[in-house]
Amino acid sequence: MRAYYPSDPAADVPASAPERPAPWAETSVVGKPLPRVDGYECVSGTAVYTRDVALPGMLHAAVVRCPHAHARVKRVDTARAASLPGVRAILTGDSPGAGLPWYFAAGGATSRLLDPHCRHEGEEVAAVAAESLEQARDAARAIEVEYETLPFVIDPAEALKPGAPPIHEGGNQVREREAYERGDVEKGFAEADHVLQETYRTPCEIHTPLEVHGSVARWDGDRLTVWDSTQGVFGVQEQLARCLELPLSHVRVVGSYMGGGFGSKLELGKYTVIAALLARQTGHPVKLFLTREESFLCAGNRPANTLTLKAGVKADGTLTALQLTGLGSSGAYPSGSGTGYQVADLYLCPNVRIVETDAYINAGRARPMRAPGFPQCSWALEQTMDALAERIGMDPVTLRLKNVPNVSQRRGGQPYTSTGLSRCLEQGARAFDWEEARRRPREHGPILRGVGVAACIWGYTGQPVSTAIVKCHADGSCDLTLGASDLGTGTKTVMAMVVAEELGLPIERIRIEHADTGTTPYAVPSGGSQTVLVNAPAVRAAAVEVKRQILELAAAQLGCPAAALGLRDGAVVGPGETRLVLKDLKGLQQQRVLVGVGRRHPHPEGKVALPFAAQFAEVEVDTRTGEVCVRRLLGAHDSGRVMNRLTYDNQVFGGMAMGLGFAMTEARVLDPETGRMLNANWSDYRIPTAKDVPAEPVCLPVDPEDAECNSVGAKGLGEPATIPTAAAIANAVYHATGIRVTEPSIDPSQLVRRLAERRERG
Amino acid sequence: MPDDRKHGGVSRRGFLATVGAGAAGAATLGAAEAPSATPVVAVGSRVDLDLRVNGRVRRVAAEARETLLEVLRDDLGLTGTKPGCERGECGACTVLIDGRPRYSCMTLAPEAQGREVTTVEGLMLGEDLGDVQRAFVEQDAFQCGFCTAGQVIAVEGLLRVAPDPSLDEIRDAVSGNLCRCGAYPHIFKAARRAAEIKRGARR
Repeated sequence: MRAYYPSDPAADVPASAPERPAPWAETSVVGKPLPRVDGYECVSGTAVYTRDVALPGMLHAAVVRCPHAHARVKRVDTARAASLPGVRAILTGDSPGAGLPWYFAAGGATSRLLDPHCRHEGEEVAAVAAESLEQARDAARAIEVEYETLPFVIDPAEALKPGAPPIHEGGNQVREREAYERGDVEKGFAEADHVLQETYRTPCEIHTPLEVHGSVARWDGDRLTVWDSTQGVFGVQEQLARCLELPLSHVRVVGSYMGGGFGSKLELGKYTVIAALLARQTGHPVKLFLTREESFLCAGNRPANTLTLKAGVKADGTLTALQLTGLGSSGAYPSGSGTGYQVADLYLCPNVRIVETDAYINAGRARPMRAPGFPQCSWALEQTMDALAERIGMDPVTLRLKNVPNVSQRRGGQPYTSTGLSRCLEQGARAFDWEEARRRPREHGPILRGVGVAACIWGYTGQPVSTAIVKCHADGSCDLTLGASDLGTGTKTVMAMVVAEELGLPIERIRIEHADTGTTPYAVPSGGSQTVLVNAPAVRAAAVEVKRQILELAAAQLGCPAAALGLRDGAVVGPGETRLVLKDLKGLQQQRVLVGVGRRHPHPEGKVALPFAAQFAEVEVDTRTGEVCVRRLLGAHDSGRVMNRLTYDNQVFGGMAMGLGFAMTEARVLDPETGRMLNANWSDYRIPTAKDVPAEPVCLPVDPEDAECNSVGAKGLGEPATIPTAAAIANAVYHATGIRVTEPSIDPSQLVRRLAERRERG
Repeated sequence: MPDDRKHGGVSRRGFLATVGAGAAGAATLGAAEAPSATPVVAVGSRVDLDLRVNGRVRRVAAEARETLLEVLRDDLGLTGTKPGCERGECGACTVLIDGRPRYSCMTLAPEAQGREVTTVEGLMLGEDLGDVQRAFVEQDAFQCGFCTAGQVIAVEGLLRVAPDPSLDEIRDAVSGNLCRCGAYPHIFKAARRAAEIKRGARR
């Protein structure tokens, strides 16, 4: 997983382990379906996103990008552009700073900020700052660039063949093959009653958050402030400081509201550095946002994978061996395209072999996308489980239940702090009316109906590094200061609920400061489903510390032991009628403020805390048109404690919507003739709309009350919400039609063809 | 939408065709004017516009090629309306024009002259949330919030013509508003809840 969360520089375990408060026995705020604390700002239009930042004297920037899949810049002529009205600065490959080396956390090949060797369509060639955005775009269009086009390769298998166009020195294989092996797969296949093998392919998916990527940069002397639409202000700060050779204290990155990321905003973007260079050159703040089309080309993707999965099963449903051979592509620069984790860890299986290869191609670089690698693996593994169940005449839920592990086989047999996988399958099946739904007639005239299931595990436990500050004012109201970004998952809301829970304080009396390296303490990027499980314990610790201070002061004033006191409704309460409102707490009134600093405790030793899920889908396939309608979706999730039922449901529904897009409509299309992307827009790259998702999906939290995973009991939800959806839909389509969709996408063009082929065969 | 054809402004398609630019997106505000009726404005020159936004007339000097979205955000500081794609695909920039939801990125600012423009800020009742906004908070009908102004406006536009909409009508009404976070089921609930609130307010 390391390659996916590159900007986490910290060690797995903090240097000195802070104490960990006992689990909550019962809660009065946490778990309730409370509306978001920033709801007002989001619906009133007052929330200021990075896109909305406007500073006095601010200039606007636009970027000239390479229109070829593979080319070398021969000449850049800026004369005409420089003469256009409003133009203040132009940056080309020859400008000071433009040759800045550009590193990738995954290691391996590097690039330059404006690299004359353009390895994919959309690479940055030049940039302009002008007084208005229109002027900047006019000037960018007026820059003349002469290219030498180079042979390109966009297929990973082709890229690895001898004689393929070299994208970097040293060949097109990104790194050594990633291999994992346990047991003896050959022996396992020999022991099996049935062995199935199938090759599955997944589409290249693009994140496309509603707010495109961009920054505003402003210098004050040698100090830089950057407003960035990012999932992690501290990662951007560290990378930017290294790039520009500045102390961390001289680089302030402000996040605040951000319009979605899904993994594409975990790292520093070239746009940020370009904005900073143009700002330094002009002496004005500079705003640089990608256009929507640009964001399709160079802001990351979930790479396409080709996965061959071979599986052996005994007649009684015992898995004997799993073997995954995978090929993916990081794109033109190092990232990651591995998928194998679930093959090694989701089901009990003694014999596993995984070999995966990552190839460079002339296309935009991959970035982590919501559960990187996992939906791809699920597409192969969960369809295989479905096929195995059919082969041995077993219900697909039963086959999965038969192979549920209670230890992590991938992590040396360590036990899980909790595993709700069986409960997700059982309770999910019951709530979905699975058995009845499978029995119902499948054919209704031209419409075929079917149901499918898929399960998942998410494999990232999070970096247990977080510091939070709770500040109690003289009137008892509080500020919570937290470095994490809120991607829309409800981070701020959940954290405020934790403070309210500990301090017996109405949630309205808490103000939150977040995602600003200048004012908040370090936090790991929000991603990988780690935000709540990493940060909420630190927030809780900070609140517990403030509570300790309040109760100590109150104990001194009341002359009773602090242990006999508690906090409720903004007052200290104790034995009998004892009640002391905080404005009468003398110590607080003298000091005017109490400050609690909380840190994240380490992960439990020798145990693994990970979330599980099972999702169920019902589809209708119109055999006349090939259209597939997803009628029902149910997500049964073990993500530990439900912190807020409203935001929990919302995230599960959103994850399933994204999984539906992955299954049915989303796929980057590269032109084999030119290597250019043919659908770099939302008309041709189609993400799910309000009419594509079921109107009333069901979210079923399976709450195993995990007292060990961390001090709040939550295990992470964002990724598992999207991992199994596509496979569940594919399995439902198979149940309806008998057609196994192994290639993207489950769409009319494929189904019409497959249905026709089947009719011809009779 | 017959009344859409009557406005006297400059359509995006007509304007772009006249100045000789390449392919243009489809005009949101009805059919293109005949090119001969379209004034030619040089790039960079500004025209004075009187825009009626959220009940007040605002005079701005804008380039004729600027969209209503750009003028609302950059000239009038109404940043509640968001740019998601600037090419008529996502609906984040939806505003009401004469009560109907329209993509402001596909509306040239001069086209909006003489029309009533309502943005998400215009739905506020002083510092209090309007009915649809309130329902969106209650039902948690958003995640990152970047598409939300557009969704709220789309629902507001629907409820002005269909006070008690069916689920299908709601889905149709917001089908031009992409939400990558996938908050759609909660948006449907919020639309129903907003209808309830509005009906209650009328009683």
